[in-house]
Amino acid sequence: MVAQARDAAIVGIHEFPSRDVEGALGPLQIKAECAARALEDAGLRLCDVDAIYDAGEGGGMAGLNIAEYFGLKPKVIDTTGVGGSSYEFHAAHAKRDLAANKARVALLTYGSTAHSNAHAIGVGGRGGGGHPADNMDNFAGMTLVANYAMVAQRHMFDYGTTSEQLAEISVATRGHAMRNPEAVKAMEDLEFLDIRETTVADVVGSRMIADPLHLLECCMISDGGGAVVIAAADVARDCAKPPVWLLGAGEATAYPENGGDITTSAAAQSGPVAFGEAGVRPDEVDVAMIYDSFSITVLTILEDLGFCAKGEGGAWVSGGRLRFDRPGDGPALNTDGGGLSSNHPGMRGIFLLIEAARQLRGESCSQVEGARLAVAHGNGGMLGSRHCAGTVILGKD
Amino acid sequence: MADPTRPLPNLRDLDKVQRLTYQQCAVCGTVVFYRRRRCTGCLSANLAWKESAGEGTVYTCSIVRQSYHPFFRGMAPYAVAWIDLDEGPRLVSNVVGVEDPSSVHIGMRVKIRWDEHEALCVPLLEPA
Repeated sequence: MVAQARDAAIVGIHEFPSRDVEGALGPLQIKAECAARALEDAGLRLCDVDAIYDAGEGGGMAGLNIAEYFGLKPKVIDTTGVGGSSYEFHAAHAKRDLAANKARVALLTYGSTAHSNAHAIGVGGRGGGGHPADNMDNFAGMTLVANYAMVAQRHMFDYGTTSEQLAEISVATRGHAMRNPEAVKAMEDLEFLDIRETTVADVVGSRMIADPLHLLECCMISDGGGAVVIAAADVARDCAKPPVWLLGAGEATAYPENGGDITTSAAAQSGPVAFGEAGVRPDEVDVAMIYDSFSITVLTILEDLGFCAKGEGGAWVSGGRLRFDRPGDGPALNTDGGGLSSNHPGMRGIFLLIEAARQLRGESCSQVEGARLAVAHGNGGMLGSRHCAGTVILGKD
Repeated sequence: MADPTRPLPNLRDLDKVQRLTYQQCAVCGTVVFYRRRRCTGCLSANLAWKESAGEGTVYTCSIVRQSYHPFFRGMAPYAVAWIDLDEGPRLVSNVVGVEDPSSVHIGMRVKIRWDEHEALCVPLLEPA
């Protein structure tokens, strides 16, 4: 094992509890609320923050508008906006900036009212826009879900993966959600039908949205937000909660290519970099927080990160392996309930960091006994089309 | 209110002529699609225009059963697919001309069927 650099740690977290603000708040207000709670969690004050990371969902001129709204004059501003993976990129950049002594305390925030805005992310037609490629994509009626569905279709063709295997991901995640009061409340507020633990038969029996993906393989569309405070090592050791170290990080892109293999995501590039920097192996990881926009997203990423070989994900996730109470059997998956059953306001990358930190503090509703290592992997954009991947490896003292 | 219509691409990529063109780098041979100013393999400006014969194979596909787009909502369920044209470009489009969209499958041979509009034609696919 290589020596791990413990130069930056998550010291404060907050997840906005409501998934339906009924139009009463906007993204900036949710971000500010979460920032205050996360700093309180860390035992730090606003004046301690000297670096901000922002994906721009609060409006244009992201670095400037967030600084003014919060009342900050930061020394470091990073406005990397790569969809749901933005927050893994932000954590990676914060680790780099704090290690270089450019700043001492970094603040990441997210806020969205996708549900209140009735924003049909999955089936409203293509997201994005403005990119030259959209010009040739839009006329075919591609929905966002269909991009992911086409990955699943090809994965099934190449490797014999089944809908029943993909359903295991939804089942494990819902099981965790039912243990998380905020996730249960989310499903109630968003008027889910029949809120309970699910079975493989429930998932494959739910209606088809874009073949082969069923309703219960698709994430929800909620309001929400969160904040993460990351501090340099000396600050982190004096904070209110034990530090959750950022041990390694990797970044990558992928996009449609002539002759390319869409069953492999950008995680195949970001994963080895992150694990290499952390000096750990996938089989040592206790908790896997993987962006679950859809079941196939998780299956593909688990393979690409090296938890199992490419094409073997279907068999690997079967038999309840991903449950939190099966330690030693592989990592627990999305122990907060994930985007499938707890919280998906459009860019859920920040919640991956938050729940990973909860696990390593021993604060999760589905606590993995003795959890020491976690991975948070964000996928931004669309699997099967253009997307970014950010992998972060986290560990406790 | 007029019937909802298919969203159409920019005129720069397609016209009324019903030809599917792509670029190929004269320096490194990379097939470039959609149009670029410089080669995606080597950044050369020496990109030659080529014309596809319009035949290819379904690389992957799905059936869209739910869309909120006013035009596509009325069309659902419909097949979408990534098509590998024989010359190399990979194109996303609809596979039409099938009784049941479920019959569209990976490996299926398809050919372009032009969907005519006032200002341009868009390349849909049908069984070859």
